[in-house]
Amino acid sequence: MKISELAETLQLELLTEPDYDDREITGCYIGDLLSWVMGRAKPQDVWITVMSNVNIVAVASLADAACVVVSEDVPIEDAVLQKANMQDVVILRSPLPSYELGLRVHEAAGI
Amino acid sequence: MHKYYKIDGKDFSIAGEASSDFKTVLKKLGTPAEIVRKVAIAMYEAEINTVIHGGGGECDAAIEKDKIVITFRDQGPGIADISLAMQEGYSTANDKIRELGFGAGMGLPNIQKYADDMSIETEVGKGTTVVLSINL
Repeated sequence: MKISELAETLQLELLTEPDYDDREITGCYIGDLLSWVMGRAKPQDVWITVMSNVNIVAVASLADAACVVVSEDVPIEDAVLQKANMQDVVILRSPLPSYELGLRVHEAAGI
Repeated sequence: MHKYYKIDGKDFSIAGEASSDFKTVLKKLGTPAEIVRKVAIAMYEAEINTVIHGGGGECDAAIEKDKIVITFRDQGPGIADISLAMQEGYSTANDKIRELGFGAGMGLPNIQKYADDMSIETEVGKGTTVVLSINL
């Protein structure tokens, strides 16, 4: 499943620019401790987190996550989104808690 | 080919920029994606350690014929017990650092996991040098 299809199915709010690289999603990782995510998430994972500081951009980019989904409608500063746009990191948001989001990703994408 | 980076010890918002820049360099050179990812993860962890624990420092990243060698140097407090620091989950990071999502005690274990070789030279009160290499 592509990022755009997941976003539409789960009604995710796209926070970064719309002309993103619509990558294929092959897995999902939920976590808020950055080094844990860095070491355990796999390339092309959807990364679900409540963490919203600027360091999520570097982690998503370097771990090669397909996109970041911020759960529970956590606010994100513009500076974080600007940096994400510069580094081609896609950030989406949902009002759902991380666990429910993970379930929805599983149902929608079969992963 | 060498790249040199100054690592700022105060500004967390730019922590990871050396790793991001070097990742871009490797991608432009056509380095295989899995190697780029290994370098990016190991280098980021070492960079964050330099920011958090070393109070900043410097980094030299070299692309050699058969491997990539990255050296981080700081003049921070040094590591008192390396075997303890290597344990997953052990961290001396303070609460402020933990609130940012760091301090999970996974930095050095992640470097060891993703780098093909890693060495640490440290002296309490003088600083730490971490050298990691990834085979091409």
